[in-house]
Amino acid sequence: MNPEERLSAPIVLEYPFTRTTGPVIGAFMTGLREKIILGIKRDDGTVLVPPTEYDPVTSKALTEMVEVGQTGEVTTWTWVENPRDQSPWDSPHALAMILLDGSDTPFLHAVLVEEPDHMKTGMRVSIKWKKETEGHIQDIEGFVPEKENHA
Amino acid sequence: MRKVAIVSAASRQEEKMLDNEVELMVPLISKVREETGLDQTEIGFTCSGSSDFLAGQAFSFVMTLDAVGPVPPISESHVEMDGAWALYETWVKFQMGVIDTALVYSYGKPSPGSLQDVLSTQLDPYYVAPLWPDAHAIAALQARHLLEKEEISLQHLADCAVRAGTVENHEEYYEQQILADPLRPADCPTYADGGVAMILAAEGKAEELCEKPAWITGIDHRIDTHHFGARNLSTIPSAKKAAEKAGVHKADIDLAEIHTAYTVHDVLLRKELNLPLNPEKSSKNHPIKAETLMASGLLRIAEAARAIWDQEANRTLAHATSGPLMQQNLMCVLSGEKE
Repeated sequence: MNPEERLSAPIVLEYPFTRTTGPVIGAFMTGLREKIILGIKRDDGTVLVPPTEYDPVTSKALTEMVEVGQTGEVTTWTWVENPRDQSPWDSPHALAMILLDGSDTPFLHAVLVEEPDHMKTGMRVSIKWKKETEGHIQDIEGFVPEKENHA
Repeated sequence: MRKVAIVSAASRQEEKMLDNEVELMVPLISKVREETGLDQTEIGFTCSGSSDFLAGQAFSFVMTLDAVGPVPPISESHVEMDGAWALYETWVKFQMGVIDTALVYSYGKPSPGSLQDVLSTQLDPYYVAPLWPDAHAIAALQARHLLEKEEISLQHLADCAVRAGTVENHEEYYEQQILADPLRPADCPTYADGGVAMILAAEGKAEELCEKPAWITGIDHRIDTHHFGARNLSTIPSAKKAAEKAGVHKADIDLAEIHTAYTVHDVLLRKELNLPLNPEKSSKNHPIKAETLMASGLLRIAEAARAIWDQEANRTLAHATSGPLMQQNLMCVLSGEKE
């Protein structure tokens, strides 16, 4: 059979429901819109970033949100030479776990440098915000080496 | 605990299959039923594992039930997980005392779409999925952490790649260009379409159906947090806990069939479970060479059972994993003796 004669229809994979993000993730997202990063305090006094409504280890409910720094340290990283179509980034970049000052858990985001040689575990990076923020994890355009951001 | 054994299994894996899911499963399910002489009316419970995300359709497993023949009505269940967890659900059903025989199967057919996209959509929907990291990148984050902390070495990864058969030797490994820094292609899985079917039976019935049943002497599964940052990347607490609860270390393990789709996972899990890094007997069919979402774990259990049927081993360990950074882990200990 000629492939063009085959009966076909598109399949659109979608999730046609709306969800609320709740008091903790919602607060974090609102923080992003205001260009601040919020974590949440655990029973042992450490700060979880990004925050969840419960402690991921003990499952205890968490409520005390605290602001953390916008600069931190790369704890591990990898290099993305060819970003995928859906990726928020068009050019090669690093994906890294970043431990913000005042936080005790690193979180995943991009470090925007030109080549992997500019990456090093332990390097200091700071947030580069998008001009327009809307309360989404992509409000953070990425992280850049600390000095570069101050320049 | 009621004694339950695996008495028959059949599997198939290919890089790109033209058959649909039903066509894939019909011969496998038929084979295990023929081998045991059971027809579907004599099977107390049927449980499957597959992914709607992979099929791109809600309740996709209902279609695949055509491969079983659900008329007259059958008692049936499904997990949106690897078939190893369907086997666990079935084992619980045996413990409830309501069945003596069961059919467990699972399958995955990633070739028509993008498995990396499916795996990305299974990440935290607020914090991680919108960044679209692929599975290789996430494994690479853990690999760099372990390498830089000197908890594993490049030599370990190269050894594993040679053992898995993704490269012939160390030279070939080191010559490969980096794929997801610091991982090379030989460290990362080749995805395959495939499926597994097996028959389980309780004590009293198993001996009738199989010359040397592979008895499940311990089974347990545990999960770690999905919050990457809250996890210590040097360890896999859920795997250790499941191994302890399943009694993995109560006696020697002759063969470990572990479900590790990356060299770095293989080395880390072996260290966590105190398994030899270069085992004498190793899997003939390493998941790095052929990884099938939803079937690789159940396939490990089938291979561990086969070693007992073929009398190549008397006590075997099968492991299944699911989720990023080996988030969920299942341990199943099989033995030629009822113990």
